[in-house]
Amino acid sequence: MIWGVLQFPGSCDERDALHACSLAGEARLIWHEERDLGGVDGVVVPGGFSYGDYLRAGAIARFSPAMEAVAEFAAAGGPVLGICNGFQVLCEAGLLPGALLLNEELRFVCRQVELIAGDGERLSIPVKHGEGRFYAPDDILDEIEENGQVAFRYAPGQNPNGSARDIAGVTNEAGNVLGLMPHPEHAVDPLTGSTDGLKIFRSIAGLAA
Amino acid sequence: MAKARVLIRPKEGILDPQGKAVERALPALGFEGVEHVRVGRMVELEAEDPERLGELCEKLLANPLIEDYEIQTL
Repeated sequence: MIWGVLQFPGSCDERDALHACSLAGEARLIWHEERDLGGVDGVVVPGGFSYGDYLRAGAIARFSPAMEAVAEFAAAGGPVLGICNGFQVLCEAGLLPGALLLNEELRFVCRQVELIAGDGERLSIPVKHGEGRFYAPDDILDEIEENGQVAFRYAPGQNPNGSARDIAGVTNEAGNVLGLMPHPEHAVDPLTGSTDGLKIFRSIAGLAA
Repeated sequence: MAKARVLIRPKEGILDPQGKAVERALPALGFEGVEHVRVGRMVELEAEDPERLGELCEKLLANPLIEDYEIQTL
């Protein structure tokens, strides 16, 4: 599988994302001005502060040529993974439901958290964000729960930001677009304490194969 | 060019931690009796076609899921 990792001005996790993708296939960077994704099989929208996060996190990045291409790629069923700022970009682009708001306690959080995946598996993955409080109106929350679109929840008592219903990550209705606030690309090497993040990249690679 | 001002605020019912933080800081400065503080943003602009400002707000200046906006033409 060939992964494309988007890079915006202000991205800062694209190198770790490239590394993580290279452990689950091949990986290359895609500059935000590229309108052509170059035939990749999967796309990562990485973390950071795209376009300085001016106005709202992810609000301006969604209008980039590369994101137009990603929207078409997603509509055609291609797998897309948005991490942290990438999750915010995908929500702003309307590719995922909901929005990410300032953390309830207003503090930037940076720590390891336990996640519970949709199938019940527990993963240890770090979070690092100031605007990660997942929000959607109750009717949309009910709908995404019924559709099985909640991909990850924070384990009980570990919600770091006040996210609605402990939601840490969601998919679109078709299931090919996934966004999450925690950083699986920072959990792929035993040196940093956990390799659980790699399971997510490998799982998506399996999906695309 | 028409001058306009767009006020953007968190929707009613959405927790606004910035507003809460400001509200909590006020008594320490001697400002008692201030409540329901909400923090939003204001965008000033000049537009050739003010008719399109609503669309511009929906698409970029505000996120209608979480924010209300109000356009004031000056």
